[in-house]
Amino acid sequence: MSDRELRVSKIRDGTVIDHITAGQALNVLAILGIDADSGDAVSVGMRVPSDRLGSKDIVKVEGRELSQDEVDVLSLIAPAATINIVQEFDVVKKHRVERPEEVVGVLSCPNRHCITTEDEPVESRFDVLDDGIRCTYCDTIVRDAIAEQIDVA
Amino acid sequence: MRHDHIISAKQLSRADIEAVLDRAAEAAADPEAFADRHENALLGLCFFEPSTRTKMSFTAAAKRLGGDVVDMGPVGSSSVKKGESLADTVRVVEGYADALVLRHPSEGSAQMASEFVDVPLINAGDGAGQHPTQTLLDLYTIRESAGFDDLTIGIMGDLKYGRTVHSLAHALTNFDADQHFVSPESLKLPRSVRYDLHEEGASIREHTELDPVLSELDVLYVTRIQAERFPDESEYRAIAGEYQIDTETLEAARDDLTVMHPLPRVDEIAHEIDDTDYAHYFQQAHNGVPVRMALLDLVLGGDR
Ligand SMILES: [Zn+2]
Repeated sequence: MSDRELRVSKIRDGTVIDHITAGQALNVLAILGIDADSGDAVSVGMRVPSDRLGSKDIVKVEGRELSQDEVDVLSLIAPAATINIVQEFDVVKKHRVERPEEVVGVLSCPNRHCITTEDEPVESRFDVLDDGIRCTYCDTIVRDAIAEQIDVA
Repeated sequence: MRHDHIISAKQLSRADIEAVLDRAAEAAADPEAFADRHENALLGLCFFEPSTRTKMSFTAAAKRLGGDVVDMGPVGSSSVKKGESLADTVRVVEGYADALVLRHPSEGSAQMASEFVDVPLINAGDGAGQHPTQTLLDLYTIRESAGFDDLTIGIMGDLKYGRTVHSLAHALTNFDADQHFVSPESLKLPRSVRYDLHEEGASIREHTELDPVLSELDVLYVTRIQAERFPDESEYRAIAGEYQIDTETLEAARDDLTVMHPLPRVDEIAHEIDDTDYAHYFQQAHNGVPVRMALLDLVLGGDR
């Protein structure tokens, strides 16, 4: 099966997230809040050969577009990802993710003394650095394992 | 200064710092002139962990400006119901006071609390995070004793958890200062602080021993290494002993070395140093009052 066929086959309306860093597909699902109970029709390809990346993951979600917050966090764990919006089996819009300046909500701070981890009416907030993210409240820097901070509600 | 809230030393420019220190020097020189500057002003003290000295210092500053304090009392007492969020507490106390002082064990608490109130909020220590008013009084002391030009400072002890160290290191990036950090390997500066200092282009070096740098220093800022940072007592004793100073240690130091400490100390500075010209830590503590008077004066609208 060619890369092109894999990318566009099967899905009628929804989003194909392509060129995900190999091994990050399940974290992408976590960002999207997709699990066994969520009812979305999803297909996942892991470690698919890729001209650009050598090896990549791909996630296709039927009947769903991504919010900007979701795309922002996605960009942190899969900076090369492309987002294809599919309608009637055709890619109608295609764009690369961009790293945002900050990420609000979605991730939780790994510092257990951080005020955002307590029962306060405040959302987590991270500044995006060149090589990681940084909690706006407690200054903690996360470089590796950003996906582990995904706050799955 | 145009900051409503004083949250972090990072927000302070050189001009801000000098404005506070200049006004503190005026307050120290002529306290009478400040005695009725803020009659009727009320400062709300929200201390979620005990800190008698910091609280007394703010209280003294408020009273010396002609104002007074309202104190929520110890956490767990009837006035602060356990389980109430910090966001709610500060919104309530805001109604009683013209400015708030917050001490809280969680990092980022002052930043968060400031987002819920309209009156100025001053961070008096948030966990291992920031302690900007301590930094201002440290800077005041450094300016008085050693000056800010061509300054070489050694900062020694627990650099990982010491919020006074983090705030001071940030603030010193505004000046022409070489910073030498001396600590055990396990208590080195945290990554986030090193990141900021690097971003600011600060001149910093890290050491595990004081000896190689001692003779270059204008200022030696000593902090306490706490036993609870170590898994067992013997490991603590072995390490802490390396970072204690006495008159013998200081034989290699310059005669005009300024020794500072945020206090309270345990045994990291031998008492025999107290009577020498090196000792500036009690003066440093006293400087807390004029510096906090200056800060309160500025946040309460003391521009003449
Ligand atoms: Zn945090």
